[in-house]
Amino acid sequence: MSHRRLIPADATSHSRIVGAVHSAILGAMLGAIFAAAQPAPAQSGNLTLPSSIEAGGAFSVTSSGSGKGTLYIVGLGQAIKREVQLGETTVFAAGTLYNAGNYQVILIGDGTDVTESLAVKPAAQPADVSFLAKPSRLPVRLQGGITGAVYVFDAYENLITAPLPVNFDLTGPAGGTQTRTVISRDGAAWAEMNSTDHQGNDKFVARIGNVSSARIIGQVPGDPCGLKMTASPNRGEVKLETAPIRDCSGNAVPDGTVVTFTEAYNGLESTVDVPIKRGIAEVEMPAHSGAVISVASGVVMGNQIRWERQ
Amino acid sequence: MNIKGGMLAVLLGGATVVLVIIGTLSPVPAARAYAGGEGIMPSPTTPELAVRNLAGAIKARAWGRAYDSLGNKAEFSEEEFEHDITGYYPSLRTYATLDHFDVRPLRASDNDADIRLNIYWSTVVGVSSSSRDLHVVRNGDRWQADWPIVKKPMVPPQVIPVNYLRWDVIYPGPGDDWGAQSVEAPHVRIIDMHPVQRAEGVVILGELLNEDVVPAYVSVNATLLSKSQTPIASEGSFDKISHILLPKQVTPFLINFPDAQLSDVGSIRMTPFSTLVPASADPVIAIDNAHLNPAPNASLTGELINQSGQVVNVAHVLGTFYNNTGQVVWVADEYIDRALLPQTPAKFDIHIPEDLAHSISSERTVVSSYSSEGML
Repeated sequence: MSHRRLIPADATSHSRIVGAVHSAILGAMLGAIFAAAQPAPAQSGNLTLPSSIEAGGAFSVTSSGSGKGTLYIVGLGQAIKREVQLGETTVFAAGTLYNAGNYQVILIGDGTDVTESLAVKPAAQPADVSFLAKPSRLPVRLQGGITGAVYVFDAYENLITAPLPVNFDLTGPAGGTQTRTVISRDGAAWAEMNSTDHQGNDKFVARIGNVSSARIIGQVPGDPCGLKMTASPNRGEVKLETAPIRDCSGNAVPDGTVVTFTEAYNGLESTVDVPIKRGIAEVEMPAHSGAVISVASGVVMGNQIRWERQ
Repeated sequence: MNIKGGMLAVLLGGATVVLVIIGTLSPVPAARAYAGGEGIMPSPTTPELAVRNLAGAIKARAWGRAYDSLGNKAEFSEEEFEHDITGYYPSLRTYATLDHFDVRPLRASDNDADIRLNIYWSTVVGVSSSSRDLHVVRNGDRWQADWPIVKKPMVPPQVIPVNYLRWDVIYPGPGDDWGAQSVEAPHVRIIDMHPVQRAEGVVILGELLNEDVVPAYVSVNATLLSKSQTPIASEGSFDKISHILLPKQVTPFLINFPDAQLSDVGSIRMTPFSTLVPASADPVIAIDNAHLNPAPNASLTGELINQSGQVVNVAHVLGTFYNNTGQVVWVADEYIDRALLPQTPAKFDIHIPEDLAHSISSERTVVSSYSSEGML
């Protein structure tokens, strides 16, 4: 008895990508809302802060004036409130703001109402990749049959939209490697690869700097090639047996693949669908003198035999 | 008003009681038959009546009464008689009910007659018909039918080595690290598709190939689109397809669009569906002596031979018919309502529409099988 386990190769967290897209949309909406609700220029005092920081980076906000105030930093998925002393510098430690996007920095105090914007950009260094590899199983010798798509994230799972070189390496069962280098665009990069001649498992790796992700792609034999059978008498019947069935690259077609034997005689026809066992298909059919026997598998035809009385 | 109403109620109640008493003491034959009463059939004074009485008892599943009415009951037991009708092993017939029957005299003399009994069974997959030719003999003033029993086929004792192939599938479980992963669906391909206009509507014929190395559960849906590309109707192949396809196996399919007109159709959207399922390569069923019989009564006949050692409870035969250019011109099917025993031929007879018979030059037959591995 033969058991087969079918294990897929493709894997990714779609939710993270979808979340990033949702975050971007939410950020844009929040920006628009705050822009529309932005108060008149501050009556007194102002804010000094960087126009942009890297996600997770430390930063400081300096206000002018005197007295007490409240500082709000509002963005997508994060809101920070700090009581501050006007005229002093407030320091935000590393890791305080980690979701990339546009933030509104609002200072409200006695007679003070100031709003500034702060852009939090993804970190430059990739820390994670989501790697989609399709399909998990395909026939050998298929040009462009394998597709790999990568989404690049920083340590805080922000999509890094800056262009980055992504290496795709596909190592076949025989050891040869196909390599593609693609510059990511808007956080994504993809490449097509060819399946090789040999059945077995490919290792498909996407690498950006020191970060990599691997998937396994199963290469399976293609259609039978040169399907050939022989016939011999056997206890009043005709025994039909194929030669070991292989595809055009020489890979053994897997057991269980159906081979159809058809015998036509005197206007009648007998047909048997036989699964390959141990590399060959065999069957016994009635021996009719003058019968024409043919063999096929799927859409592939094999040879024909005319059976004469033995 | 109240007095009149009371009188009416009393009258109605009295009438009901009287009718119940009459019906109990002297029921009509049909009511007695449905109630399973004994001695309700008319005396079998003619050959046809004897056969009708027998069929009526079979319909009522009154096996004892049917068996007692037979002239040749000494040749077999009541249990054999019952199993000859309902099947020796679980099959479509086991759960079927006799829907209706008709009798046709073939020959008659003063002392004996031959009567053909056509029985129409209601099964879970539709009507299934069977026919038996009964010899009826006169016994005094009564006629008795001889039941042409088909005894349980005896398969010679033997050992059939089974080294069958089987595919198991591990699906991702909840909370599994695989998360959004899943096993890839088998790759299937429609290798032929051909819409035709029939009197009953549009029919889409075609063939589907499992081009993968794993077994597939398949079905095909089609959507008719108008010339402005708006959907007209969607239908599926239902059971006019072999749902389980082993690697490189081909199945025909037929999709019916009742009352649709091909002239209204601008294009057709075909949607093959496949999913990975556990499957076994056994049993292997051979199709033997397949023959295209020309019109009139065009049909594809042949025999199924179960080459495995297990009982196949239900077999579904699908015939694909091609014209001389190799194009599919029709797909038809038949369920075998008897279990297929190992190495025992079972006949099939697939009807072909008369108007298409002349254009058919070749055929291809496939068999789907279902085994419960249970026995009566």
